[in-house]
Amino acid sequence: MSQTGHKIQSKNVDVFYGDKKALSNINLDITPNSVTALIGPSGCGKSTYLRLLNRMNDYIDTFSMTGEVLIDGQDIYSSKIEVEELRTNIGMVFQKPNPFPKSIFENVAYGLKIQGVKDKKLIANRVETALKQSALWDEVKDDLKKPALSLSGGQQQRLCIARALAVDPKIILMDEPTSALDPISTAKIEELIFELKQKYTIVIVTHNMQQAGRVSDYTAFFYMGELIEFDETTNIFTHPKEERTQNYITGRFG
Amino acid sequence: MNKVQINRIKDKSFGVLGLIATLSGLIILGFFIGQILHEGLNRLDMDFLKDLPSRKPEKAGIYTAWVGTLWILVMTTLFAFPLGVAAGIYLEEYAKKSKLSSLLEINISNLAGVPSIIYGLLGLEIFGRVMHLGNSLLAGSLTLALLILPIIIVATREAVRAVPNSLRMASYGLGASKWQTIWNQILPASMGGIFTGVILAISRAVGETAPLIVVGALAYVPFAPSGPMDEFTVLPIQIFNWISRPQHGFAVNAAAAIIILLGITFIMNGIAVYLRNRWQKKINW
Amino acid sequence: MLKLSGLITVLTTIGIIWVLFSESFSFFKEVSLVEFLTDDQWTPLFANKRFGIMPLISGTLLTTVIALSVALPLGLTIAVYLSEYAPNKVRDVLKPLLEILAAVPTVVYGFFALMVVTPFLKTIFPNISGFNALSAGIVMGIMIIPFVSSLSEDALRAVPKSLREASYGLGATRLQTAFKVMVPAASSGIVVSVILAFSRAIGETMIVAIAAGQQPRLTFDPFVPIETITAYIVQVSLGDVPHGSLEYKTIFAAGMTLFVFTFILNNLSFWIRKKFREEYE
Repeated sequence: MSQTGHKIQSKNVDVFYGDKKALSNINLDITPNSVTALIGPSGCGKSTYLRLLNRMNDYIDTFSMTGEVLIDGQDIYSSKIEVEELRTNIGMVFQKPNPFPKSIFENVAYGLKIQGVKDKKLIANRVETALKQSALWDEVKDDLKKPALSLSGGQQQRLCIARALAVDPKIILMDEPTSALDPISTAKIEELIFELKQKYTIVIVTHNMQQAGRVSDYTAFFYMGELIEFDETTNIFTHPKEERTQNYITGRFG
Repeated sequence: MNKVQINRIKDKSFGVLGLIATLSGLIILGFFIGQILHEGLNRLDMDFLKDLPSRKPEKAGIYTAWVGTLWILVMTTLFAFPLGVAAGIYLEEYAKKSKLSSLLEINISNLAGVPSIIYGLLGLEIFGRVMHLGNSLLAGSLTLALLILPIIIVATREAVRAVPNSLRMASYGLGASKWQTIWNQILPASMGGIFTGVILAISRAVGETAPLIVVGALAYVPFAPSGPMDEFTVLPIQIFNWISRPQHGFAVNAAAAIIILLGITFIMNGIAVYLRNRWQKKINW
Repeated sequence: MLKLSGLITVLTTIGIIWVLFSESFSFFKEVSLVEFLTDDQWTPLFANKRFGIMPLISGTLLTTVIALSVALPLGLTIAVYLSEYAPNKVRDVLKPLLEILAAVPTVVYGFFALMVVTPFLKTIFPNISGFNALSAGIVMGIMIIPFVSSLSEDALRAVPKSLREASYGLGATRLQTAFKVMVPAASSGIVVSVILAFSRAIGETMIVAIAAGQQPRLTFDPFVPIETITAYIVQVSLGDVPHGSLEYKTIFAAGMTLFVFTFILNNLSFWIRKKFREEYE
């Protein structure tokens, strides 16, 4: 298998919101071309960690951090990094489908257009490819001019995935991408995640234990701002080393 | 330079531009207040507050004007406060979602957008001619009361709407009637918001000039009013009158009177902001 | 009792419409509607009386256009800055400070226009008149900045935060996010703020009465004295015009014209806001 995805390393990462410590001493290596699930109870810091990886916390006034986040060996918080360029290499899919109030086509083309791509043919090709990758093409190919908001919730989320794929990222971050969707749409997205890991490194935050078990190769369990345990998903679910992991997985708290 | 860097520079530049735009508004305001203080502060003394109007700028004072403004302030409040709050409560708590209530809603939003001078025409005809109140304080304050009524109604509705439903349910659950619930629970809980809106509305009324000119308030009244049926002038009209005169002495007078008027406006707005902050802090739904 | 107080607002509207209509009606018994709309002179206070409303409308539109060309670029820039750039703490300080601009009584702005801005303009344009539309329009524009900036900022803030994040996530800068995603998504709210500012400028009275002059003139020259509808009403009200005279009726006909303009604008904004609200729910 070719290594097209990127490796993500975190070294001694602490994150603060004002005086409040949100993440404490996180050390985590994420394997390329795999799906890594971040699990843990609400407020445990898993979403904060996810957003750390594409510097989405930058615009929060009170945010500060120490330690290093390396993508393919490069510190993404170094002053040499252009945050916009970084983000074009890292696609993000959010909790609720959030298509722009534009047409389906314009949504997918958005990332290319802000990069200054003007070649209409190229844009059209990339839009088609991205929509095919996200398994939406057959449903919308005749309605590309329709407003994105007219799609169903599940379709909207797949559109958001296509939007992220169109700029050809190396990493995809997903923040509870199916929590607002019905079971059928959820199944489609999960299938898609399985396809996408051939090409991308995927990190997914989920509340849903079964989902973590179904889609991920590795699982990281966060609790109260700390990374408690990180291992192959099968190990985490069958032989967790930590009692807190065991308790969470078996539903004793959450 | 690559595309990303160019975009970054554009991005940063707009941030600077935005800050400049925001500050420019404030700098103009500050510069202007500075000018007024520079022109008028020396003219401001006790005599200026106690003197009657005069043909000679150095002898003229604002006694009749500020007494008139005080009368207008009190009387307008007396009319607009109970009416506006009652209407706000009615619309929020009683009115059913019906044709009538949506009509009232469009109507109030429309009234809030009617230029103040049109209210002057209304007051001139209805209060002045039809009700024979002439150009009295009563006619003037009724006109201003109608002008600020929509503001008070909207503020009351927003304050009442901010009271959580659970409070209503709790009160009903204890067997309270609708009116008891409003009087004992909803009004006390929304008072901060209501007062904020009322004070802002009255501050607006105190600064109004045009409708009172149309109703017939005079630029020159020899004595301060002593009752609601008296003729009157107010600070803004006195200022307007002085601005319109050619002698520089009157411009100085106008600046001095503006200091008083701005003082009143800023104090009222300050109280409103203070109330709003205190009210927001105290009650954390 | 409570219901009655709600009905007062309806009575107010009926009162306004009735007063304007009845007095205008008796005005139009003496002056033809055609003359009112087509004559290019407005001289009801002179011996040779002409009753063409166009000079007053052109004066009103001229000052309004100048005011909007000051208030819109500044107000919208401020709105985008406050909602997309400014840290929360900065916004919480600057926004209420800016709103002071709208709380200052308009007669005070009139003083500013006549005593400060016009002399300043004279140093740039030596042939500008002591009374002119430019000075009044600029000052009026400063006054309505907070109408545009606060309402537009509210509209931008009402756009779901997730759209902003989606755009950042794709590598867009704040500027690109603001103008390619946020402003289009908030467009109806922003349009409402512009319409309300427009309506406010048309109805503004004291600044133009003090600084723009009292000479009805069909012109778009910003350097010469003009008269707006509102300034005309003030001018007549200051004089001693007997009730029932034709001059008296002219202020109602002028007021009626003003009311029609603002009525259309207000309803337009109400309608847009209503549609906008449904979109988000």
